[in-house]
Amino acid sequence: MIAIFKREMRAYFTTSTGYIFLSVALALSGIVLGLTTLLVKSSDTGMYFSLMLFVFMIILPVLTMKTFSEERRTKTEQLLLTAPISTTQMVLGKFLSCFCMLLIMLAINCINFIPLFTYADTTSSAVTSMPPNVAMIIGNLLAVMLVGMSFIAIGIFISSLTENQFAAVVITIGVLLVFLLIGIFNGMIENNVIRTILGWLSIYSRYTNFTYAVFDIDALIYYMSITGVFLFLSVRVFESRKYN
Amino acid sequence: MIEIKNLVKRFGNHFAVDDISFTIDDGEIVGFLGPNGAGKSTTMNMITGYLSSTSGSVSVDGYDIFESPVEAKRLIGFLPEQPPLYIDMTVWEYLSFVYDLKGCDFNKQKHLTEVCELVKVLDVKNRLIRNLSKGYKQRVGIASALVGNPKIIILDEPTVGLDPKQIIDIRSLIRNLGKKHTVILSTHIMQEVQAVCERIIVINQGKIIADEKTASFNNAINQNTRYRVKIAGPSKEIMRHIRSLVGIVSCELHGEREGDAFSYDIESAQNIDIRKSLFRALADKGWPMLGMEPIGMELEDIFLKLINTKGGKK
Repeated sequence: MIAIFKREMRAYFTTSTGYIFLSVALALSGIVLGLTTLLVKSSDTGMYFSLMLFVFMIILPVLTMKTFSEERRTKTEQLLLTAPISTTQMVLGKFLSCFCMLLIMLAINCINFIPLFTYADTTSSAVTSMPPNVAMIIGNLLAVMLVGMSFIAIGIFISSLTENQFAAVVITIGVLLVFLLIGIFNGMIENNVIRTILGWLSIYSRYTNFTYAVFDIDALIYYMSITGVFLFLSVRVFESRKYN
Repeated sequence: MIEIKNLVKRFGNHFAVDDISFTIDDGEIVGFLGPNGAGKSTTMNMITGYLSSTSGSVSVDGYDIFESPVEAKRLIGFLPEQPPLYIDMTVWEYLSFVYDLKGCDFNKQKHLTEVCELVKVLDVKNRLIRNLSKGYKQRVGIASALVGNPKIIILDEPTVGLDPKQIIDIRSLIRNLGKKHTVILSTHIMQEVQAVCERIIVINQGKIIADEKTASFNNAINQNTRYRVKIAGPSKEIMRHIRSLVGIVSCELHGEREGDAFSYDIESAQNIDIRKSLFRALADKGWPMLGMEPIGMELEDIFLKLINTKGGKK
């Protein structure tokens, strides 16, 4: 597992993938932060973190697309699948490397918050001009990390289904979009039963509490479960492919 | 020791491997011989746990590949048909990754250097695999199978796409490996198994049609009964005369012509060496024989012969 993780991290930084991911992710994040806080003279980061989900929806699939598709296309998966490691270890190694890239991105991204503190007006009485709430930022960072983690698991699962990277990225964005839209439009549905069922699938609605600075344990467990389920499904994909 | 019992692999309605059983003892060099699509790769993929079987079992030193895959896989070094190389890594980085992946516990530097020396890739160890020639890539693939000193080495068509010198190198390498490891290799080239292996398993259409020591295999197929003979003289009379000799099954004109001499393909009955009698017969008639060469058997001929000699085994 460690070997795969190390190889993946190395591959991100010896090829262009890692740099492209980091630069695009940081650029988009910076633009969103600038538009939602500095430009409107507000230090409230709630809107910023909500929009980050859409940024993730576009950039995380780029990170996960080649995890397994590329291995399958170039047949290198044969090395991994005949090595003395379990399929679970293989999937976890891949997952950890993507997750680590996400953490690197979020860590660098913290620089973006500095202006919010330096430009804050401590004398003003308006809430939006005060320095941002540090606890809220940390809570939100944890939350986007959790959401990103579940997006990565979904992306890895889809990557394990196809040998075409492009298909993987498009399908992943599509699936994540559906997940997000379910959350947004769920409120409009009258029928309680359908609403509850769709509520289980709604990645977005769990997240809203975090933007109000409430740390939601239910949501934490929810995102962990989504991650677990999709990683488990990826393992099953490899187990069942043996039979074809 | 590898024990394979009643192994079957079905793809839809097609039986890629159809109920094969055999045992390979420690230290053997075994060749799987068969035409493309015979089921060689599928069998190897099942032994290494890349594919699962439809039914039947594979056990490696007592570990069932489906029930305790990690233990069984640890004993096997595998070179698939297409070497699984990460082309954006250097040779050394790649082998070092394989070393970590297999969870080896030797002196890494020393072990990898030994492996590289053995397959002669030490001089390219810092080059990207992407930029290597096919022969080198193949050798790096073999190196990755050797990393960790597995007891059993499985090589799927190790010499495909190599030039004649590289083929000779790889064959002598495989013979050397046979001193310390159990080696299984697959090929569709008969000379290859004859040159390298101690035991030959012939597979066709998913079934084993022969499983013999190389020596007895050679005896069975090497009896040549077909010769291409170049004779100067009147072709019609020559053919008529040859056909009248004892033990001749057929005599046909082969296209080649050199002056007044023609080439003939002559086939004799089994267990009869017709060369001497043919020579005398032609000498008596005053038709000089300009050349004689045995016509080697093609793989297809061998299959026919094996299937025929085994009677109803098919």
